[in-house]
Amino acid sequence: MTDLLPLMAAKYNYWIYTILMMTGLYAMIAKNNLVKKIIGMNIFQTAIILFYVSIAYKTGGTLPIIMEGGHGGGHGAINAADYINPLPHTLMLTAIVVSVATMGVALALAIKVYRQYGTLEEDDINHQIRTQAGQ
Amino acid sequence: MTHHFPALLIIVPLLSALIVSAMGWINRRWCFPLAVAALSGALAISVGLLTQVMATGPIAYKMAGWSPPIGITYVIDYLNAPILVVILAVALLNLIAAKTWIEKDFSEKIGAYLALYLLFLSGMVGIVSTGDAFNLYVLLEIGSLTGYALIGLGKERAPLSSLNYLFMGTIGASFYLLGIGYIYIATGTLNMADIASMIPQLAESGTLFLALIICMAGLFVKMALFPMHGWLPNAYSNAPSASAGLIAPLTTKVMIYAMVRLGLTVFTPQFTFSRGMLSEAIVWVAVAAIIAGSLLALMQRRLSRMLTYIIVAEVGYMVGGFWLGNEAGVTGATLHIINDAAMTLTLFLAVSAITWKLGSDKFEDLQGLFGKMPFTMMGFVIAALAVIGIPPTCGFFSKWYLITAGINAGQWAFVGALLFSSLTNAVLFFRIFEIAFFEPFATGHGHHDHGPTFSEAPLTMVVPLIVAAISLIALGLYSGDIVTKLIQLAIPAGIA
Repeated sequence: MTDLLPLMAAKYNYWIYTILMMTGLYAMIAKNNLVKKIIGMNIFQTAIILFYVSIAYKTGGTLPIIMEGGHGGGHGAINAADYINPLPHTLMLTAIVVSVATMGVALALAIKVYRQYGTLEEDDINHQIRTQAGQ
Repeated sequence: MTHHFPALLIIVPLLSALIVSAMGWINRRWCFPLAVAALSGALAISVGLLTQVMATGPIAYKMAGWSPPIGITYVIDYLNAPILVVILAVALLNLIAAKTWIEKDFSEKIGAYLALYLLFLSGMVGIVSTGDAFNLYVLLEIGSLTGYALIGLGKERAPLSSLNYLFMGTIGASFYLLGIGYIYIATGTLNMADIASMIPQLAESGTLFLALIICMAGLFVKMALFPMHGWLPNAYSNAPSASAGLIAPLTTKVMIYAMVRLGLTVFTPQFTFSRGMLSEAIVWVAVAAIIAGSLLALMQRRLSRMLTYIIVAEVGYMVGGFWLGNEAGVTGATLHIINDAAMTLTLFLAVSAITWKLGSDKFEDLQGLFGKMPFTMMGFVIAALAVIGIPPTCGFFSKWYLITAGINAGQWAFVGALLFSSLTNAVLFFRIFEIAFFEPFATGHGHHDHGPTFSEAPLTMVVPLIVAAISLIALGLYSGDIVTKLIQLAIPAGIA
């Protein structure tokens, strides 16, 4: 226990992403409403985006941009150790686009389901399917 | 021109998807021929690449001239060249066979439907040919998102099934993305060859081992390995026939390819199979998948649902074979990717022809079908024999490698599960033969029935079906060549 607490404090970003991810996963599994499941899915994906963003961070790191002019010539971090890693951030731009697209498809399907069954509660939909099959 | 083939392979379906979609607004009659032309072009390119690889060895293509590890490479080697040909051939045959379905179900939206069809393929082809781990994730999502749409366009329960598939698929893809993050932490690169070159120094790395587990867990969800298979039967059996014939043969097989690619080329076999516990546990899950898939298939009363559970069992074959970690197992798993894609295509084409004529694929409606649709049933019988594993069809040879691998590894449960599944498949298909051949055709009248009348599905459905059925025998006859000239060259040294 004495070892665990400093470890948790030192790597708090990993704990936050894990907790967020599990929150999302819980919503996807346990919630009955389809839109709540979609929200859970979005939390799940966002947790991974935060994970990527946090692994790029360096203590005391600056932006990976060299600024021209101003104070006499360009300034900014030249050494890789001085600026935060831009690659994971760039990757996450793609992941954000993917997550928006997934959300769009999911909502479109949810609308189709709603028009068909008149509800978004999974229990009611399953009940309707079962009664249809029974006839 | 020929050295741009790896890029064209993706660009041709991608751009033609946009053109077909635009053509949907201008003149709908041109959509279908355009899509067929685009797929034929892509198929020709993939055949060109296959001959190129067989003549001169693997090709590494640098996108936009950027060298790895900074740029993205597309790598065509002995492992993916044959799979690319199979993917595009499956898609082309299914597109032709689905012509009447597409015209009936999506006459208003034909441009949009075919655009999705082509986008799905650019995703699948991209997954198979990319040499960059993150690029694989992006293409995986292109393939998946279009797949959800292709399934969700169906009637009745299709949108709900597709939404459930989307939830599971997103979990799977997100886990893969997370695993890539851990690979990046450990190695600082995303290029597959570059990662592989660093693995020997990181053999003891816990981060990398976690990355392996998370990536594989994600892919297992995407390929519907039991017990994560829940989404597959509903999604595939409720999908429109035109989509089912495309997605059922391709999605799971491409995911298994991604597993083989990660295991062999990214993590290298020395690392992938270094922890005996992990391999053994996965083989046991595969054994459970084979047995559960077979038993669940026995309980179904609809042809398409029965086939979806057979897919669940087949996924177990390939996962188990690969994780046995010996040469015969990896060979068998890779060969089975090709064979299973062809077998599943043939079965689903037959089901789509039957559903077209009968309006249903329930077992009790299949009576007298051999007299009514002899050519369709001929294709179905060949595919069924291939799934059971009777020579000279292709299913026999890959199953032979898998069983040999199980015996070599002393993994008797896997051997037993394969034999059990073959017997169950025999029961499953002979039950259908019995209904379709021996049971009298229900005429609904009191007088003597005159036997079923000949009433075959349209020619555009039957011809692709027969071609696919013949390919099953051809793949069987040439399986020796496929193994010695392609697959064995793809297996890196270091596999016992």
